[in-house]
Order: sequence, then C-alpha cells, then structure tokens
Amino acid sequence: MINVLFFAQVRELLGESSLTLDAGEGTATADALRQTLASRSDKWARVLASDKLLVAVNQTLCHWHTPIKDGDEVAFFPPVTGG
Amino acid sequence: MSQNRILVQTADFSVPEEYQRIAADNQDGAVVTFVGKVRDFNEGNQVSDLTLEHYPGMTEKVLDQIADQARERWPLNHLTIIHRVGTMHLGEQIVFIGVSSAHRKAAFAACEFLIDFLKTKAPFWKLETSDKGQGWVEARDADDQAAKAWEQ
Repeated sequence: MINVLFFAQVRELLGESSLTLDAGEGTATADALRQTLASRSDKWARVLASDKLLVAVNQTLCHWHTPIKDGDEVAFFPPVTGG
Repeated sequence: MSQNRILVQTADFSVPEEYQRIAADNQDGAVVTFVGKVRDFNEGNQVSDLTLEHYPGMTEKVLDQIADQARERWPLNHLTIIHRVGTMHLGEQIVFIGVSSAHRKAAFAACEFLIDFLKTKAPFWKLETSDKGQGWVEARDADDQAAKAWEQ
C-alpha cells in the first residue's frame, strides 16, 4: 500500500487529507502517482497540474522521477510559507 | 555541551526563558535571537489572525537538517528553533530562533541562515484571515532568493 497525504491549499481544494492506493504501475514514480490521481476527475487533474506542486517521499522533498515502493508515504503540497 | 532544541508546538514560548538556556555558557560571547510575529498587514490586507498548518514528522526532520547545516557552517554552541502551529492572533509570536557562539559574526549569520532556510524548506503553510476573508499566503520569490544566496 502507498499512503498519500495532502497539505494546505492542495488538501483544501481536493477535499481530502489522505488516501491509500495499492502499489503498482500507476504508482511506480512520484509523477506516475500524480497522473493516476489526476485521472480521478477534472478537479483532481486541475489541482495536481499546478507547476508549483511539490512532492515528498517518506518525508523528504524529492523529484518527480523518484521511484515509489510498497509501504512508502507520499505527500503533495504547495510551496511552504512558514516563519 | 552543544545541543539543538527543536520544538513544533501550539503553545506560546517565553523569550526570557529561551534566552536563559542559550546564554547559559560563559564560553559564548554572542547570543543572537529572532522572533517572528503575526503582523497586521500582508499584500495590502488588514490581517486579524493566522493559522499555521504543518506536515508532522517531516517538519521536525527538516528543522533538524537545517540546524545541522548551520553547525557545519559556523562554530555554534546552543541552537534553538521553536515554531508554533494552529491559530495565532495579531501580535502573537510565531517562531523563535536563537543561537550562541564565541563570536558575533557566526551567531548573526547562523540566525539569518536558519530563518531563511526555515521559510523556504520547512513544511509550514500560513492561512490568513483578513478584512478580505480567508486565504493561503503565497510563497514569496524574495524568500527563495534569500535562501539561494547562502548557496553561492
């Protein structure tokens, strides 16, 4: 299983804070996972198409080509604005 | 003994108490602290409060990494980062950074480096309530440029 998390505007716009997916072809990389989720509806496609969207795998910020394996935690979020 | 004190919490913090911890050692000639507060304006809007969201687990990991990077660059003794989450009203404290070192240049530089990196690398997001309603604060290019300047 892949555990997927959403934060801030991304969480709010999707109306979901987390979900789980079976590991497979559609989750092989961070980008593949994004495309799989984007195919859910126009809303998901629009929110996940943002060129500002960031992805973290196992709590570390990473590139879209990062491989994902069973048991990983993947988070999607906008640029950070703390401090 | 040098140490990192990293806290992510809803509760407010006491600057005098944090200062006492950082200033405890007589080998340190310099103590530099920074406090970030909720201010009353942003992008021309009258702000009344802010809600800070974060990514539990990743936040602490990133703050630890930033603290380690600061220690690699400057000879620091005490280092404290406290970041609040949840809802904060006008004038309230959001973030505390404090460092001690033998000399002031290292302490000033490390404090600035820590806040620049925290603002661009740590997974915190601000939701602002103003006279125009509620909205997420956009990331600023100036913050990105400030963090990148340390890499040159």
